[in-house]
Amino acid sequence: MNFEFSEEQTMIKDSVSRFVREQYDFDTRRGIIESDDGISREFWSMFAELGWLSVPFAEEYGGFGGNVEDIAAVMEEMGKGIVVEPYASTVVVFGGLLSASTNAALKEQVIPSIIEGACLGSFAYMEPQSRYEMSDVSTTATASGEGYTLNGVKTVVANGGTANKFIVSARTSGSQYDHSGVSLFIVDATAPGVDVKAYKMMDGQSAATLTLSDVAVDQSQLLNAVGEGMDLIEQVMPQILIGLSAEALGIMATLNTLTVDYSKTRQQFGSPIGSFQVLQHRMVDTFMACEQTKSMLYRGLCESKSVEQGEVDALALSKTVHALKATVARYGKTIGEEAIQLHGGIGMTDELNIGHYVKRLMMINTTFGDGDFHQKRFNQLSYSA
Amino acid sequence: MDIKFSAEDIAFRDEVRAFFTAEYQGGASTRLSDNVETDYKSGIVAWQKKLHAKGWIAPGWPTEYGGTGWTSTQKFIYETERGLAGIPDVVPFGLKMVAPVIYTFGTEEQKARFLPRILSSDDWWCQGYSEPGAGSDLAALTTSADYAGDNYIVNGRKIWTTFAQYADWIFCLVRTSKGIRRQEGISFLLIDMNTPGITVKPIVTIDGKHSLNEVLFEDVAVPTENLIGEQDKGWTYAKALLAHERTGMAEVADSKRMLDGLKQRATAEVNGGKPMIEDPVFQMRMSDIEMELMALEYTELRVFASMASGGMPGPESSLLKIKGTEISQAIHELQLQLAANYGGALPSGLSNDELGHDFAAEARGKYMYGRAATIYGGSNEVQRNVIAKAVLGL
Repeated sequence: MNFEFSEEQTMIKDSVSRFVREQYDFDTRRGIIESDDGISREFWSMFAELGWLSVPFAEEYGGFGGNVEDIAAVMEEMGKGIVVEPYASTVVVFGGLLSASTNAALKEQVIPSIIEGACLGSFAYMEPQSRYEMSDVSTTATASGEGYTLNGVKTVVANGGTANKFIVSARTSGSQYDHSGVSLFIVDATAPGVDVKAYKMMDGQSAATLTLSDVAVDQSQLLNAVGEGMDLIEQVMPQILIGLSAEALGIMATLNTLTVDYSKTRQQFGSPIGSFQVLQHRMVDTFMACEQTKSMLYRGLCESKSVEQGEVDALALSKTVHALKATVARYGKTIGEEAIQLHGGIGMTDELNIGHYVKRLMMINTTFGDGDFHQKRFNQLSYSA
Repeated sequence: MDIKFSAEDIAFRDEVRAFFTAEYQGGASTRLSDNVETDYKSGIVAWQKKLHAKGWIAPGWPTEYGGTGWTSTQKFIYETERGLAGIPDVVPFGLKMVAPVIYTFGTEEQKARFLPRILSSDDWWCQGYSEPGAGSDLAALTTSADYAGDNYIVNGRKIWTTFAQYADWIFCLVRTSKGIRRQEGISFLLIDMNTPGITVKPIVTIDGKHSLNEVLFEDVAVPTENLIGEQDKGWTYAKALLAHERTGMAEVADSKRMLDGLKQRATAEVNGGKPMIEDPVFQMRMSDIEMELMALEYTELRVFASMASGGMPGPESSLLKIKGTEISQAIHELQLQLAANYGGALPSGLSNDELGHDFAAEARGKYMYGRAATIYGGSNEVQRNVIAKAVLGL
């Protein structure tokens, strides 16, 4: 039994950590967000050179051949710097779906461009009516000739403003809420009929409304068999949720450290506020919240490995991943709110980094289902008469 | 990162399981009872004697004094299996509390005299720490021990003394001199409960039962040979013991078992024609606890892994007691909630069937007495003080 990252993982973790510490200070980040692009292409090229963009991809496509543990190692450090470059969106989500798909030709074509930094990806699944229910798909893919024609609207598409490729979920059969009949297509941002209306989210990352009007796609743009999109999504979702939770853990740990440090220096009533017991106990509670989140993340990582090796069934991992996302939601909120409260007035300012960490945590919460959504899923899997 | 056990460890786990199944489930369990007034002592002592005969009574002790020589992994497996099997832990006061002090700080004579009878459960020990004026602030204790030739003369009151009514011996912190710091001048004394001048007064707790006591000392003569270590240095020994007491209080396996029981009961209990386990609000309450417990299980594993690799328990260890007790209390609360109106019924001549629930009385008792878990062993507020200071550096 061990809960250490491997030597290789520690190396990549350290390299991301060093980047965040030495090159991604808060003002640099602010400058990037305020720039026209909203991300730093320079840093993105550097991520490519350092091999970070290749982490989860198979070696046959030029990847590092990493697993979910490697992703978690990188994401935790990205969280500590609230890095706005679309690593999660491009590498973990878009790349994860593509990597697990059965379309070898498509993988051969697209994965190398992700690794070299040319392809910025996005997963367009949410619709105006669907909230967190990913199988609620009314965007249609109608067979026409050798391919399909896509029509529909996708909302709050993560990294929508910068992505040059989208994975789009569209219905090839069945009715709106059916689990089967959803297909996944890769669509170019510049394809005729694709309209992208980009805007900013409160965490500094971009999003977009994606309108598809008679967009022609070829068979070869299908990620896997027609109608089996949900299976692919569900296969990859544990890894995606673990990656996002690792990012959240990095943020939570950072917020706690910043808050404890501040309480040691901020003087009121002639003493550092950290000497007051009522505040000490609140900081102990946020410390415990962070440790418990870390334990749940490690549980997810260990069980992912056990599932791979056939020692644990996929149901156990599903339960754990729902519990992990619900825990991140609950304790992320606790830690974020306590960080602002304990900082007092200064915690309310846009100038201080605290609020920006909190806003990214809030966005992670609503990405792929909030705490209540995942806790209900956990309940469905755990409790029945 | 993985949680794999070696083949040897799995073989050990199977051995422990087989022993528990054969010796506990079949036999000892029927004699063990929560009824502290009647047959609790004979039941638990009988079980502890079985463990002693097997050589498994004191996994935490060094082998030279009768420990098992298990690796930390084996100790962890043993504790987990015990909890999952629903077997109560050994009575801690002798085996887990005073014994480590005796074998660490005691004389050879003291070791030879006390340790074998602790191992065999022939002596029942109780703990004389808290006083009416010294609870969380233990250093405020005032029970005095005045040096008088061959004896100390002890006067004072100890309180919240669990199972003093059964005890042959009590280990006490007493004040032998007034030091500059309150922690100085405290000594660690072993006192025979049969010594003239000791009176045990029962304290009935809110579960209606008698497990706690007040112990009064009036001119009690204690031979100086019963002093542990040096006079006035008892605080140091007690602190070492407190650290010992705080480990292993997460009781994850016990809580997992209780939660399984809760789910079964929630399946059987019906409200408006629907099992409670399908009630969405009750489901949220259950999963609040279950998810926290899933995390705590890994927190415990993390602590254990760092100890197994020879390290000291990291910062995560200090939350085990707080979270572990909060979780067990939360489970008790839901059990009582399930019992609904029956939860209030006091013991009577009526049968379980007539009362409608076989678990209601137990649920009430566990809930009421379970409130103690966040008070004893260093209250959870004191634990938070410890983390604030030792981990957060506040």
